[in-house]
Amino acid sequence: MTEKITGAEALIRGLAAENTELVFGYPGGYIIPVFDKLYDFTDRLRPILTRHEQGAMHAAQGYARVTHRPGVVIVTSGPAATNLITGLSDAMMDSTPLVVITGQAPSSMLGTDAFQETDVMGITQPVTKWSFQIRHASQVSEALARAFHIASTGRPGPVVLDFTKDAQTGLTEAGYEPCRFIRSYISHPEVNQFDVKRLAEMINHAERPMILAGQGVTISEAETELKTLAEKADIPVASTLLGLSALPSGHPLFKGMLGMHGNFGPNINTNRADLIIAVGMRFDDRVTGPTDSYATQAKIAHIDIDESEFNKNIRVDLKIHGDARETLAALIPLVNKACHKEWNESFDIHNAREHDLIAREAAYGTDPDKAPTMGETARLVSEAAGEGAILVTDVGQNQMLSSRYFRFTAPRSIITSGGLGTMGFGLPAAIGAKMGAPHRGVYLFTGDGGLQMTIQELGTIMQYGTPVKIILLNNNFLGNVRQWQSLFFNNRFSLTEMVNPDFGKLCDAYGIESVSVATRAELPDAIRRLVDSPRPMLLNVNIDETDMVFPMTPPGAAVDFIMINQAETYRPES
Amino acid sequence: MNNALTLYTISVFSENHVGLLTQLSNIFTRRCINIESVTASACSVPNIHKITLTCRSTAEMMDKVIKQIEKRIDVIRAFCYVDSELVYQEVALYKISTAKMLAENHVERIIRHYGARILDITPEYTVIEKTGHNDETEALFAELKRYDIKQFVRSGRVAITRSPIEHVDEYLARRQIMNPEK
Repeated sequence: MTEKITGAEALIRGLAAENTELVFGYPGGYIIPVFDKLYDFTDRLRPILTRHEQGAMHAAQGYARVTHRPGVVIVTSGPAATNLITGLSDAMMDSTPLVVITGQAPSSMLGTDAFQETDVMGITQPVTKWSFQIRHASQVSEALARAFHIASTGRPGPVVLDFTKDAQTGLTEAGYEPCRFIRSYISHPEVNQFDVKRLAEMINHAERPMILAGQGVTISEAETELKTLAEKADIPVASTLLGLSALPSGHPLFKGMLGMHGNFGPNINTNRADLIIAVGMRFDDRVTGPTDSYATQAKIAHIDIDESEFNKNIRVDLKIHGDARETLAALIPLVNKACHKEWNESFDIHNAREHDLIAREAAYGTDPDKAPTMGETARLVSEAAGEGAILVTDVGQNQMLSSRYFRFTAPRSIITSGGLGTMGFGLPAAIGAKMGAPHRGVYLFTGDGGLQMTIQELGTIMQYGTPVKIILLNNNFLGNVRQWQSLFFNNRFSLTEMVNPDFGKLCDAYGIESVSVATRAELPDAIRRLVDSPRPMLLNVNIDETDMVFPMTPPGAAVDFIMINQAETYRPES
Repeated sequence: MNNALTLYTISVFSENHVGLLTQLSNIFTRRCINIESVTASACSVPNIHKITLTCRSTAEMMDKVIKQIEKRIDVIRAFCYVDSELVYQEVALYKISTAKMLAENHVERIIRHYGARILDITPEYTVIEKTGHNDETEALFAELKRYDIKQFVRSGRVAITRSPIEHVDEYLARRQIMNPEK
């Protein structure tokens, strides 16, 4: 006779069968049976109690991004489910695999406005890859297996299972089979070899080719193939924000970051290349600017596993639908060895000019009595952190400057909210990243605004002793909005000045070590302490509120129109 | 209504999962496209749902919309057609005053002319049915106006392709070969 178990147990056994290590969550009325069963499995499934459901989501995202395994979140119904929406949207935009389970009122009470009932399916469908309501215990195993398959294959994304109370307590037969096939969902499209040949021909005929590497390279673990292709055909590589660390920052063919606050070389040369090869990126408006002035001289080839990305923002000349690693691997033997010395050097010339015009001031300040800049803080932390460090950022100036001046030596080294731009992402994401990669240094760059959006997660750090290193770039302002107000709104600082708490005392309350610096002279020692400490620690860097992120392509301007300060734009010498 | 836009018919074949219609309508509303009609029904393949929508848009936008629809996990395939690629119909029902109808003897001529038929007659009202294209049911509406139309309702479009190839059947056959569990 087959063993009968509850739906709640079927779920927990399923999670164990999928080799889940961590469960981020927050209990509540309509999910207690699941947490009750989890109590028996804590040797295999380590539960992490965050301080808010949004924190659980971003922590699971941080975990998923460093491990390439779906982050698992379990919360209750109603307000817990609505608190997930930001994390779901964020994970959807940034292709992060999550399996999220929400409790739900008993199926007999659905639609009655029962206590803590909310329309989870209706609310989550637009911001998830898939969502499904489990109304009977017998559906649990199959739904969970599908959820893992859908979340982690193809273009990864978040999946929600809305789990009614009666399905949790009802009985079903034990047994879990991982899902390998869904007829309506093609997880692994077959790469068209004819198209690969065409791309190889395009590359072999190009004089000024350029690769745009997106997060798809990281997700498909195509870092080696990207490097091999770039080296063989001597193609410069630029990356999106999320594509950073796919190629090490120090690689001679890595030419920097694209977009609004990207590097001179890639942005200028986007409009000079004759062939653009976009790999696992989606031509976000922060990368392209107005599309009618974007790379109009270039042929564009686009490799992506998500067919809906083709011609969505930019019309392309060749699309290859498939996995990035598989496509690049097929491409490598077909491309000729080439040398594009002059073209490659043109990136370096622009980037050297950027160094002179911008980085010298933004990241290499000299006056010991002045406040450090955001850029130099990022540069110095990165230098001290050494090989393999992971950068986690919040959103805003802290994000742009840390990603500009952090040096990436290993893949999967940047965890940031790219598409949605979620302030408050940083702290919980850093916790999840550290839990997923306990042997790597995890450095969070955040601002005083973003930190306070999810600051309650200091409690999670306290409870689990997660040794996250927090670098708070503190200017008592919402700095990025302030920058826009300064540049485009006549210095009218509407609602951007913040009266802040004493962050050191807050850390004291949570038992977290902290150090605060106000001058450049104090910074190196403080960073050394931060890096050397085996415990979680916060470094509060008091910075000047007038510090801005440059270069900047203002909204509405072409990708090669680059402001170098409030008044001047970059004029290339050639 | 923008005349530069074309009327498109979108056929969506999906698994019969709760909430699919919401997912589809979200894709349209998010892109500011007004859905002109919707019908949902079974199709020739067992357990597969067919949803037919019409909307006015551009070919470029339809290309994006179809890909977004197919991206939904439970959607099997989605196709977009212009009228010339389809055989299509709508059903319209008209409830008119029986007294006014009987006062004139044109109704028989109208019904014959439009290929309509009478479904129900009571002393108070008469229900007429007309199946055809939108312009035909509109034209009959205009004719019947003088008989005091008390109610008028028109279904969404149902459509069948003129193509000799059944793309969904082919797709399912291909997928079945890929299924490691069979």
